[in-house]
Amino acid sequence: MTLQLLHFQLLSAALFCIGLYGVLARRSAVLVLMSIELMLNAVNVYVVAVAAFRGFESSTGQVIAVFVITIAAAEVGLALAIVMRLFRSRGTVNMDEIDVMRG
Amino acid sequence: MLLFFAAAAVTLFAAFGVVTSRNIVHAALFLLAAMGAVAGVFVLLYAEFLALVQLLIYGGAVIIVILFALMLTRASEHLGESDTRRRPFAALAAAALFGVMAAAFVADSAWFNSTTRVSVPFRTLAEDLFVVWAVPFEIASLVLLVALVGAVVIGRAGREEDETFPETGEPDGDEPARTPRSRRGERRRRGA
Repeated sequence: MTLQLLHFQLLSAALFCIGLYGVLARRSAVLVLMSIELMLNAVNVYVVAVAAFRGFESSTGQVIAVFVITIAAAEVGLALAIVMRLFRSRGTVNMDEIDVMRG
Repeated sequence: MLLFFAAAAVTLFAAFGVVTSRNIVHAALFLLAAMGAVAGVFVLLYAEFLALVQLLIYGGAVIIVILFALMLTRASEHLGESDTRRRPFAALAAAALFGVMAAAFVADSAWFNSTTRVSVPFRTLAEDLFVVWAVPFEIASLVLLVALVGAVVIGRAGREEDETFPETGEPDGDEPARTPRSRRGERRRRGA
């Protein structure tokens, strides 16, 4: 049995589902963010794997992965700023207690 | 093959640690391990550039920012991660999604499955990134700038309302008193 595309696809699916579990089950906003990072990584693995196994030389998958990483970095910065702000104004980062939309 | 299974095992174990560990600092370190293992998977896919980017941005920047956020918000806030009410539902949803995805991938592999990996030379990657994808690249830089400015604005705004604490209309008492530690964190953040 040699290494094939299916292995990477299954790894990506498992990583994504673990991230999904984290997003659904965790209560702290920072932990939810970390789980979202896991899901983004799973998508990256999938895209890069499909691009690498396609059989001809194409850098599109890697470029898309670079963009995903860029957006993920921006997202983490913004989201953690929001978390800090929430913590200062509400005194908690528990997702269950943050249930209003006005500041 | 062996390398792949090692990297995959480390990735999944660390990811599991991220979502189950009770100590949030341990969770952050597990995330670092997961990112490193994913970088190893990228190397196995002949995407060395991505592996480096992954290590630099995730292993360096994102983890540091997350650890800073943990330090500035109160650490005790993140303990008590025992929500038994939602956990079975979340596990069920994740397992169901994994089942669906795995079935789809296995069914798909009968139709298209390859065992040959193709590496992309740096030159091709750079040319594609800066010629074909030049406009999205610039937009990405703009997005980063907007996110940076937005984070600064969100982090700084509302200085007065910090002093008078809750004005959110929630009944008092469900908001725990702020500890001196968090105030110190605020001052440090403002001073930065």
